[in-house]
Amino acid sequence: MVSPILQLTNISKSFGHVQANKNINLTINKGTIHGIIGENGAGKSTLMSIVYGLYQADSGTIKVNEKEIKLKSPRDSIENGIGMVHQHFMLVENFTVLENIVLGFEGEVVFGKNLEKAKIDLKNLCETYNLNVDLDSVISDLSVGFRQRVEILKSLYRGAEVFILDEPTGVLTPQEVDELFKILRSLKEEGKTIVLITHKLNEIMDLTSEVSVMRQGEIVGHTKTETTNREKLAEMMVGRSVLLRINKSKTKRGDVAFRVENLTVKDDLDVTRVKNINLEIHAGEILGLAGVTGNGQTELLEALSGIRKVESGEIFLNGEKISDSSELLNPRELKEKGLAHIPEDRQRMGLVTDFKASENLIFGYHDQEPYSKSSIMNQNKILEYSTRVMEEYDVRPRSPHLMTSNFSGGNQQKLILSRELNENPKILLIGQPTRGVDIGAIEFIHQRLIDMRDKGAAILLVSVELEEILSLSDRIAVMFDGMIVGERVNEDVTDRELGLLMAGVA
Amino acid sequence: MSSAVDKSKVPWWVSNLIVPLVNLTLALLVSALFIFIAGENPYQAIKLIIYGSFGYIEGFAYTLYYTTNFIFTGLAFAVAFHCRLFNIGGEGQAYLGGLGVFLVAINFSFLPVPIVWILSIAGAFIFGAAWAFIPAYLQAKRGSHIVITTIMFNFIASSLMVYLLVDVIRDMKQMGPHTVALPKELWLPNFKDFAALFGIKIRYSPLNASFLLAIAASFFVWFLVWKTKWGYEMRAVGHNTQAAIYAGISPYKNIIIAMLISGGLAGLLSINEILGVHHKIVSGFPAGYGFTGIAVALMGRNHPIGIFPAAFLFGILYQGGSEVTFDMPNITRYMFVAVQGVIILFSGALENLFRPQIESFFVNRLNREVRS
Repeated sequence: MVSPILQLTNISKSFGHVQANKNINLTINKGTIHGIIGENGAGKSTLMSIVYGLYQADSGTIKVNEKEIKLKSPRDSIENGIGMVHQHFMLVENFTVLENIVLGFEGEVVFGKNLEKAKIDLKNLCETYNLNVDLDSVISDLSVGFRQRVEILKSLYRGAEVFILDEPTGVLTPQEVDELFKILRSLKEEGKTIVLITHKLNEIMDLTSEVSVMRQGEIVGHTKTETTNREKLAEMMVGRSVLLRINKSKTKRGDVAFRVENLTVKDDLDVTRVKNINLEIHAGEILGLAGVTGNGQTELLEALSGIRKVESGEIFLNGEKISDSSELLNPRELKEKGLAHIPEDRQRMGLVTDFKASENLIFGYHDQEPYSKSSIMNQNKILEYSTRVMEEYDVRPRSPHLMTSNFSGGNQQKLILSRELNENPKILLIGQPTRGVDIGAIEFIHQRLIDMRDKGAAILLVSVELEEILSLSDRIAVMFDGMIVGERVNEDVTDRELGLLMAGVA
Repeated sequence: MSSAVDKSKVPWWVSNLIVPLVNLTLALLVSALFIFIAGENPYQAIKLIIYGSFGYIEGFAYTLYYTTNFIFTGLAFAVAFHCRLFNIGGEGQAYLGGLGVFLVAINFSFLPVPIVWILSIAGAFIFGAAWAFIPAYLQAKRGSHIVITTIMFNFIASSLMVYLLVDVIRDMKQMGPHTVALPKELWLPNFKDFAALFGIKIRYSPLNASFLLAIAASFFVWFLVWKTKWGYEMRAVGHNTQAAIYAGISPYKNIIIAMLISGGLAGLLSINEILGVHHKIVSGFPAGYGFTGIAVALMGRNHPIGIFPAAFLFGILYQGGSEVTFDMPNITRYMFVAVQGVIILFSGALENLFRPQIESFFVNRLNREVRS
């Protein structure tokens, strides 16, 4: 007999003009893993924040175990057995696991008996759910995967019956994802309920028994997972049919266009982040650089694009040396030589969000004709060009005068993409091309990259999304702890092999 | 998502007109309270301010004379601010600008008068810019904070000028710390002379042709910031230095350029004061206009179109305020410094105090109109 543990009725929430949730009706059954899928900005996180008491709904009711409740703060939710594992962990770095878990629930002024009791309880929980966490280690020593387990343990200890996980796999290696899924399944077996928020179709298919699809603030469908497939779900999410695997022909590999020799780079804190790297990219191929975030990819991209100083080693573009420790061409000079760079972090680096869209569309090319002539900007030409590329790249809304910060993440990415690809670069360095971008736009962006490749560009694709690397790259290099720990031709590599390389164990 | 108001839906006139007006009204209410506590009738005081600044032609001319100074210093602050530099050294830059005007005018007085004027404007600009260059260089290359260095440079400017005025360029026939007067033909045409052309006889006021220069400077700043590559790059550095570096725009170069233009504009204040009014360097002639310019720029949202009315408002306060202190014995000059302070407080530091409420009020009202 299935009984609902969480029932949402007619939940609506708006922020100013934007309606984030419209009349949401959602029933989550006890002891299931329920997936909520939707594009970025579909309102998933808002909905779950309402359930966790972070936001209050404008209207609608929430029932837990068929009893109507008011959730005014996360504490109310915790008391009603709702726990949340956030995308960004809420842990005190220099506390131990135990201290973090009892934080706010210490029960007495001086640690003593209660703490001992908590420790015993937690040990039991760890055993029951295969959590395998050392309670006395300090958080800052733990890997991301373990920190996530601490969050789960924390919710368990506080008596959660419903676990909300918001994009839990974004920061994990494939092996860590497997571990997480095991834990989630054992939670389910013990009768707990899990709500999994994600935009990854694979996870839904692997793990959930029921799935709800959100689009533009509304729930557009509920279904049993076994009766659906990836294509159908994707279609529901986007509202039209989507090409999931990109069609690409075999590469017509040309000469080496970009070469990196023994490159070493330090970050701002003087820590060596890129260690003696060698890379070659040929014209007409995409080299995928896989790796877990923070293994030196960011610094590598910055050094290659002329932003960060090279500590030692040399970089060659079509055989011509462009950078070494004594000389670094600046990004503008590199652009003139046909190198374009689409940075990992759009808002921090790729755009001036306080500029109008049209101003960002010429960013970095603003001193070239026809956009400016003898230092005076030609507004008509800029507008003409902006209107054209916004049309071509389907940037929405199509208003070149709108402040960039008012565009969604995917459309901001399109602004950068159209700016950098418009010049037909010979070398393209691109970091996390689809981070925070919805499925419809991903398809578009991937197709553009393949087109660029077929036109003979040499592309370095840095991404933490393994699926993206696998579907686009001709060759794949894996970066771990600042080094290239393996290089494979795409056709003869498995997820598992890459995962081991990414974790630094192969 | 934490902010309750969607910024893109706020009409421009709400954030650029209603909000400043509300802040200004609040500031005036608080000021009225001061006047009341001091034992005078606030209503009478306001009447006096309006009469003093608009009531007769010389009063109005005085208002515009003050406005001229505030336009220069307000524009100066605004240009640097577009590169996110808090140039509070306008005072010192204006002071040194005066040295530039005087040296040029006295040494080139043999040339035709209009040419001397143009050279003097260049002199004012270059000296003001040069004085801003050192803090700019220290900020760009060494990371010394521009607020600290520019304020210290105000003191250095003041001491340097006093030294020069006492020991080097003083009019040796006089006791006071000022230079000899410039030849009369170099004085800028006064409003009184201008009125006389139309047969209108009025008494003296300090308003002179520099007012036109201030208007021209406003157009210059608008064009520079929004229509040229330099303005574009300065704004890029100001909004997002990281992104500027990514696009190959040098933050160093732009910090220096923005500060040079800012210092130069502050220097132009001395065209009004020296070529237009005193006709010699007198000790302490920038008289706080440099500081008030900060408030003018903030109130005018760093745009020439906003700076003009803000400068005019402060002109009214200066001129009307002096009228009040003349007629109301309980109100001293310092009272009006306090009033200025309150305005700066409400339109600068507390600028966002009521902004969310006002904006959401209008957004909601407009929503309702759309729905109904």
